[in-house]
Amino acid sequence: MLLIHCPYCEADHPELEFANAGEAHIVRPREMSNMSDEDFEAMFFIRDNPKGVSLERWRHVHGCGRFFNALRHTVSDTFLKVYKAGEARPSNDEIAKLIK
Amino acid sequence: MAKSPKATRVLPNQDHLTSNAFVTLEAAPAASRISLRASPRGAAAFAKNIGFDLPAKPSTSKSKSGVVALWLGPDEWMVFSESEPEKSLQPRRDHREYSATDISHRNTAYIVSGSGAQATLNSSCPRDLSQATFPVGACSRTILGKAEVILYRTGKEKFRVECWRSFAPYVWGLLVSGAQDANL
Repeated sequence: MLLIHCPYCEADHPELEFANAGEAHIVRPREMSNMSDEDFEAMFFIRDNPKGVSLERWRHVHGCGRFFNALRHTVSDTFLKVYKAGEARPSNDEIAKLIK
Repeated sequence: MAKSPKATRVLPNQDHLTSNAFVTLEAAPAASRISLRASPRGAAAFAKNIGFDLPAKPSTSKSKSGVVALWLGPDEWMVFSESEPEKSLQPRRDHREYSATDISHRNTAYIVSGSGAQATLNSSCPRDLSQATFPVGACSRTILGKAEVILYRTGKEKFRVECWRSFAPYVWGLLVSGAQDANL
């Protein structure tokens, strides 16, 4: 069983309590009606599918109920870092350090 | 005007009771419960209604004179009391910074006790329930099989399992089969 650290519960809990909620750090534009169809498609439908580190939203749905963000390596399924929703996206340098 | 009839509340699990050498499973008595969502200020305001501060640390509980408050999330608690099951814990007046919803009859509970209590729960719950990580007084929402439950450790070998009343027969089935294997 994979254990995932919840930043709100401050503990490792079994993966069955969690749900993946898609890619993290996607900002909805304030003026959506002014967007071109291409921009809207890119924002709304197109998602990264990296072989490597993926920035994801997760929800501790059968626990504290909170959404948080996680850096997960899609090959090894390792959670490199978890952080609370609203906190800044880790810089590329920081991500590179975590992989090593 | 005719007097309206009073409905008799029936617990979905009121005659559920079984035990073996290692574990006893029984339905908990009726309780009054509320689901509380609150900001820090709202939590402080609600605390005046129950007479003690709500637990602030993850997975901890506090209780005073029969009223128990369980931490479920950073802004969510379940407060219950078995002493006066027909009396709602909902405050008379609303408050701008908390929402207290009466869920007395949405939930029902089982008590799992005995030397095999932990093994019984772990037959279908993936959480580490050892004393080191889940000491007496610890509580958490988690899953039991496919059902969402709230576990609350009331003693070294005693747990309270809160589940939705419609899930009670399913949870009971899991606990009974878990109890059969509790000594393995």
